[in-house]
Amino acid sequence: MKAYPEQVPLPSADKRWKLVEATMRRHGHNAAALIEVLHTVQESFGYLDSESLRFVASSLRLPLSEVYGVATYYHFFNLKPAGEHTCVVCMGTGCYVKGAGNLMKAIEEIAHVTAGETTPDGKVSVVAARCIGSCSLAPAAVFDGEVVPKADSEMVKAQMRRWMEL
Amino acid sequence: MTLDELLEIRTHEQEELKKFDHKVNVSVAAGCLSLHSDQVLKVLQDEVKKQGKEGRCKVTGVGCMGLCAMGPLVRCEPQHTYYRSVPHDKPEILEAIIANLDGNPVPEFAVSPDIPFFAEQQKIVLEHCGEIDPERIEDSIAVGGYEALLTCVSQRTRDDVVQEMIKSGLRGRGGGGYPTGLKWSMVAKASGEQKYVICNADEGDPGAFMDRSVLESDPHRVLEGMAIAGYAVGASKGYIYCRAEYPLAVKRLKIAIRQAEKMGLLGKNIGESAFGFEIEVRLGAGAFVCGEETALIASVEGKRGVPRPRPPFPAYSGLNKCPTLLNNVETFANVAPILRKGAAWFAAIGTEKSKGTKVFALVGDVNNTGLLEVPMGITLRDLVYKLGGGIPGGKQFKAVQTGGPSGGCIPEQFLDMQVDYESLARAGSIMGSGGMIVMDETACMVDVAKFFMDFTRDESCGKCIPCRVGTTQLYGLLNRISEGEGRMEDLDTLERLGGMVNRTALCGLGQTAPNPVRSTLRYFREEYETHIREKRCPQGKCPVSNPAAAKQGK
Repeated sequence: MKAYPEQVPLPSADKRWKLVEATMRRHGHNAAALIEVLHTVQESFGYLDSESLRFVASSLRLPLSEVYGVATYYHFFNLKPAGEHTCVVCMGTGCYVKGAGNLMKAIEEIAHVTAGETTPDGKVSVVAARCIGSCSLAPAAVFDGEVVPKADSEMVKAQMRRWMEL
Repeated sequence: MTLDELLEIRTHEQEELKKFDHKVNVSVAAGCLSLHSDQVLKVLQDEVKKQGKEGRCKVTGVGCMGLCAMGPLVRCEPQHTYYRSVPHDKPEILEAIIANLDGNPVPEFAVSPDIPFFAEQQKIVLEHCGEIDPERIEDSIAVGGYEALLTCVSQRTRDDVVQEMIKSGLRGRGGGGYPTGLKWSMVAKASGEQKYVICNADEGDPGAFMDRSVLESDPHRVLEGMAIAGYAVGASKGYIYCRAEYPLAVKRLKIAIRQAEKMGLLGKNIGESAFGFEIEVRLGAGAFVCGEETALIASVEGKRGVPRPRPPFPAYSGLNKCPTLLNNVETFANVAPILRKGAAWFAAIGTEKSKGTKVFALVGDVNNTGLLEVPMGITLRDLVYKLGGGIPGGKQFKAVQTGGPSGGCIPEQFLDMQVDYESLARAGSIMGSGGMIVMDETACMVDVAKFFMDFTRDESCGKCIPCRVGTTQLYGLLNRISEGEGRMEDLDTLERLGGMVNRTALCGLGQTAPNPVRSTLRYFREEYETHIREKRCPQGKCPVSNPAAAKQGK
């Protein structure tokens, strides 16, 4: 009887793989930890590429198709690298009623990208969130992790200009 | 730790607190934090030192005080004075707040605790939110935390606890309204070596943030409720399935779990009894359908969060095919007070069939946006006009949307209706988790219905055809109407198709997905007709009012 599954070699010397390995070890390389592990990968690398999906699949003894299936099923996981900066516009009901649609329009006007896309220069990723729970301060945006309460089109445009160095 | 030791800590903490003449609480929940309340906290703490009041005044970072529209909020005890919109970058104001602790409050920023928003609330779930430091377990113990748990494990039988919950009349606060005690007794009776308790903190309804605030402001109360549930049903392991979009809630939960374990309030031999219970946090990953219990369980197992037909119900076959008790955050938060004060006390609050209180997130076109807890049976009018302070800009009320994408829009004629599970259902909506979005006269109901159909269409997991195809078709019809291309017979199709999806979809998401369309059709049919007959949107929200934008296509 083998108490622990054989360890799959890390894809490279990149230290971030050790974080991923640590999460798997904490869960005893149990397949039920798949989502937790994918969270760690995304936190460490910013997105899930095919190399990391393969590594996770073989380490957790799961078919690659299943890992890919989970990675693509959930909105939170990105399979493409994100831009240098992230601009999240909350599109929850509270924000929508308060004009979140106009914020998105302002971004489209200035950057010519829409929700789910990254500007061609790789500077800014634009994300539409389902609801970030800041409904009482609607409409809300998130600039690089910082919540911006009661955002308006001018604020969003100005921030986009700064990021894109326009 | 035994009950006596716990009570000793409590007495000690309370004595410590009594040494201070003043307590200044600064909300550091997510809403106020985004308005820089962390800096307000720091400056106020420095100010206390500067004015030499360290021994007399204690400044603490606490959870949500509810009135988010006026954040950052500060509350001064013992006068209960609230300060609103406290500016982090005006040191003279912050200095004055500390300087005037004994005298009259700073007038421009003071809010009386007697305004209806605060005075008309009745707090059970939120009783300590905004009063204690959520990252310090001793604060929780000082206000009675974990007393119910240790009393249960040392003095009450498992069946006794279940019976108390049944008698309380508490119903599931996640939306369904299933009697909590009954659920507990099913899991308690189910046979199996291993049983689980899961807390649903995957607050997916857009426009709702009740669970987030509870987790950020008083996490120990949820842990205690889960542990009591574990004792009552015979489970030794619990999971909290929390949205990844709530990083602060996750952080505070993890801190709380570590503290409780360290004190022996979670883990093995709780209260030096044979009962052991451990809790782990599992992160969601952004799938609305994971609020449905079978989908949530699949997600905790690390799989795609897809629902399955019931039976078997999770009470008999849930996580890893073991009996599993699944309740929502707010439901668990009600448990400790019920056991501390008794089922009769709880059952005396609320209406005949809906006992206790409900936490609502009041947002949208209303003055006092925020979080509030009121007894079941309050009227919508009181909620919107009295506590909510009415509609901004002197505009007319049009509708209130409850229950998120599974709920409906309730028009003005129901404003005097009592809010409970049954009346909301009769009005074509649901209680849901407690999101309440007020809309004024400028809202277009076709646009609102389209917004929700776009949401459910996107969030449909695709497993069953009625939901996968039905929501897309419903969205297509609404889109056509909003672009001025609709036909009168489309309205009948919306109704028929909506009814079919409702009857045949596999899970709650699909079954309730047509509710926003059906309720708006029922109460605002003339708005749909104007879009179709006159090819215009009276509120100017739909593409039909702006042909240039419609052509560009979005």
